[in-house]
Amino acid sequence: MTAASRPLTRRQPISERVIETFLFLAAALGVVTTVGIIIVLVVQAADFFAQVNPIDFLTGTVWSASIEPFRFGVIPLVVGTLSVSIIALVVAVPLGLLAAIYLAEYATIRTRNLVKPILETIAGIPTIVLGFFGLNFVTPHLLKPIFGSALGTFNTLAGGLVVGLLITPLIASLSEDALRAVPRGLREGSLAMGATKFEMVRRVIFPAALSGVMASIILALSRAIGETMVVVLAVGTSPKLTLNPLESTQTMTAFIAQISAGDTPQGSIQFKSLFAVALVLFGLTLLLNLVSNRIVARYRNIY
Amino acid sequence: MTAIATPPAAAAPRFEPQLMRRKLAGTIFLGACLAAIGLLLLALILLLVDVLTAGLPWLDVQFLTSFPSRRAQSAGILPAIVGSFEMGIIIAAVTFPVGIAAAVYLQEYAADTFLNRLLRTNISNLAGVPSIIYGIFGLALFVRVLTMGESLLAGALTLALLILPVVMIASMEALRAVPNSQREGALALGATRWQMVRGSVLPAAAPGILTGIILAMARAIGEAAPLIIVGAVGFVTFLPAPIGDRYTVLPIQIFDWASRPQSAFQGIAAAAIVVLLVLMILLNALALVIRVRLSRNIQW
Repeated sequence: MTAASRPLTRRQPISERVIETFLFLAAALGVVTTVGIIIVLVVQAADFFAQVNPIDFLTGTVWSASIEPFRFGVIPLVVGTLSVSIIALVVAVPLGLLAAIYLAEYATIRTRNLVKPILETIAGIPTIVLGFFGLNFVTPHLLKPIFGSALGTFNTLAGGLVVGLLITPLIASLSEDALRAVPRGLREGSLAMGATKFEMVRRVIFPAALSGVMASIILALSRAIGETMVVVLAVGTSPKLTLNPLESTQTMTAFIAQISAGDTPQGSIQFKSLFAVALVLFGLTLLLNLVSNRIVARYRNIY
Repeated sequence: MTAIATPPAAAAPRFEPQLMRRKLAGTIFLGACLAAIGLLLLALILLLVDVLTAGLPWLDVQFLTSFPSRRAQSAGILPAIVGSFEMGIIIAAVTFPVGIAAAVYLQEYAADTFLNRLLRTNISNLAGVPSIIYGIFGLALFVRVLTMGESLLAGALTLALLILPVVMIASMEALRAVPNSQREGALALGATRWQMVRGSVLPAAAPGILTGIILAMARAIGEAAPLIIVGAVGFVTFLPAPIGDRYTVLPIQIFDWASRPQSAFQGIAAAAIVVLLVLMILLNALALVIRVRLSRNIQW
């Protein structure tokens, strides 16, 4: 190679490549964590399933991990989890969507600066504080006067309501983004056709943003399913199979926390069952997150 | 020109604007929006009033400087405060360099390859993993395999893993907001890629990155679920060292007291919540100050 044809750019100095390698390793830590989580859950759960038939685990309707005879049917925990999450969605979907529509379509800059901090503050409250609120205020002062003695000290309803409060900001802020992504032309076209503002929102903007709104709801559901401290404090730790929201139940997360907080020996079957429950929990939330991401990715391409 | 036959007016349904009725529907809807926001504000106020009325009577110097006790009257949260501070320092020391490095790689270095897309998707999925699952991972990795035992260090590293995806996402957004002219200017002056990142892009993105990290720290300080799994306890009568000792932090102390039925313990749980919330407000104020201070020098 002659001097004249040598490119002007130098080869990268060694230090540049060393730095890039370090940066890459930091970025790859996320994958290491994911793989690590999956390995830990699968290996330990396999240990549990060597003693308990996986079919019995997934279809059993009795969960008794601390009182003999031990029974490990996960259905009561799943039903408890879903009861809390559905009550939470019943609260959070209307509240979150109304707040999102207000922020995206109606609010002036001044009212926006008043409303946004409310949502951000709620989102920033530690969940243990919300759990205390559920146990200490929602159950005795809000629900007890309505339902009287039918209501337990620990109950699914209070947990669901508080988890609903917890996920409302998530639905509100993600749905607001989806509503804002609807192009201006649709708004102007609809108003030009003589629609009132409400008709524009209901018939044009909301349907156009629907996929983003659905994604936010699914993400919020996943968050509700994974919530721990609120349900441990407010819903309690009795793994009954019941649909009565006034009784105490137990969620998957609450079971994991209960077994870990107690003095259960680490080699025991109870402790191992924790990993099987965690695997179900992880699978469920991962599935919901993937579905939500897929919906978001698809709707981004429309406009 | 031929005349166009117009249909007789009587045959077509007459359009009635019914504007009054339609506008009324809009007003009702706006009322519902405002009611929803009012309800959220009411919930927030009720929560604060509940915590303050239950907690303030118990909050005094003795409470802040004492150790936990079997009697609520003489119990305090000194070990929890010290534990939370130690933990905050370790979490910051880990997430600060690692989170920024990962964000710089994904935003400034990574080409659009399959591997890099995988890394990005993976981070957003990790941000959705329930915190209690991180606790189980921390138990296996830090407590057992790396033999740290049920120590404060193991708890801090678990929480660091938990908030790393949040820090990465916030830092990537801050880097994305830096205009390309900033990069091109540095490269045109002969900077290598790393010189460009360090001297030109990172300073411009610093306010956003720092804000993201501090808000993630606030989340970690308030987190309890993973620490239950990795062995934090609610009754510690000494100031914990990072390694070897049992430890407690504010959320765990609150959990321990709040799960006792006696009303005195509910009271000191509320008092500890007040302390935790004050800590949260301080961290958020710090984030705000940093954002305002640093972005004053940045103009593009």
